[in-house]
Amino acid sequence: MKDKSAWNPYLAGALSGVVSIGSIYFVGKYLGASTTFVRTTGMLEQIFSPERVAKMPYFMKEMPVIDWQWMFVIGIAVGAFIAAMGSGDFRMQLFPDMWKSRFGDGIKQRAIVAFIGGIIAMFGARLADGCPSGHGLSGSLQLSVSGYIALICFFIGGLISANWLYKGGK
Amino acid sequence: MMELLYGLITGVLFGFFLQKGHVLRYDKQIGALRLKDMTIMKFMLSHIAVAMVGVYFLYDLGLVKLALKPTILGGVVIGALLFGLGWGLLGYCPGTSLGAVGEGRLDALWGILGMLVGAGIYAEAFPYLKTTVLTWGDYGKITVPQILGVNHWFIIIPFILCVFFFFRWLEKKGL
Repeated sequence: MKDKSAWNPYLAGALSGVVSIGSIYFVGKYLGASTTFVRTTGMLEQIFSPERVAKMPYFMKEMPVIDWQWMFVIGIAVGAFIAAMGSGDFRMQLFPDMWKSRFGDGIKQRAIVAFIGGIIAMFGARLADGCPSGHGLSGSLQLSVSGYIALICFFIGGLISANWLYKGGK
Repeated sequence: MMELLYGLITGVLFGFFLQKGHVLRYDKQIGALRLKDMTIMKFMLSHIAVAMVGVYFLYDLGLVKLALKPTILGGVVIGALLFGLGWGLLGYCPGTSLGAVGEGRLDALWGILGMLVGAGIYAEAFPYLKTTVLTWGDYGKITVPQILGVNHWFIIIPFILCVFFFFRWLEKKGL
């Protein structure tokens, strides 16, 4: 992989840490992403059965509304787009390179694996009450015990499934 | 309303640095899980180290509040392991999936759809999980310095040193 357009990951990571500090200082908000998926699903389900959604305990806890984090997650897409355009990195791609070199270019296979992966990942993130942003970054930086346990378990789970998927491959 | 605008601005900045660090990519995320490329580890630990010092400095001055998530072993351990299993299949996490779409990686859209479905399934299961898994090993909102009974800087400084030596080791190994 040629990585000419990449910034030093230590620098990019450190600067993103400054963004975290700024957000916590100015707005009192710690970075996180997975609750936004709950709110979005709630909004979609509301279109079809508003009464049912209004009675579900989880949607009462995480209301189906657009909030700070929802805008933050949309912002990530916008920021990534701006950065990618700026460095000529933007590339429409249906398969990641690593995937293609191992599994070829069947759209269905990638779609199924990614879709199922997404279901499991989000169910797990909600059960854990956070994802690599909420637990991994925001929890760990606060020295929260839950943050470190989550971060370690994220990687253990990921090591198992990624190595199983690519078993014997390059 | 202002809060929404701040959310958007914070997201744009965060997404910008994620993209510049190339950590939005499937190849980097799976690369880390296959122990071939530690870019995301470098990015995450740099973020954590910088923000830890900054936030605890401001905390000592009384300028920020902590927002800890409770340590419920049942939920955190089982949930995070499940998350990891799904993450290894998808190759994007919730935050980076949106960023990946932003740089043109359309396969992240399948994952986003899956994650929305996963959130819906969780919402259905929540009443049951709340009285079972989410009651197993609930230690409340605890931090590492709290359970060790020391001032947070006694943890932060050794943590930073460990991260520094870990980075040096990664560079030496060329990971």
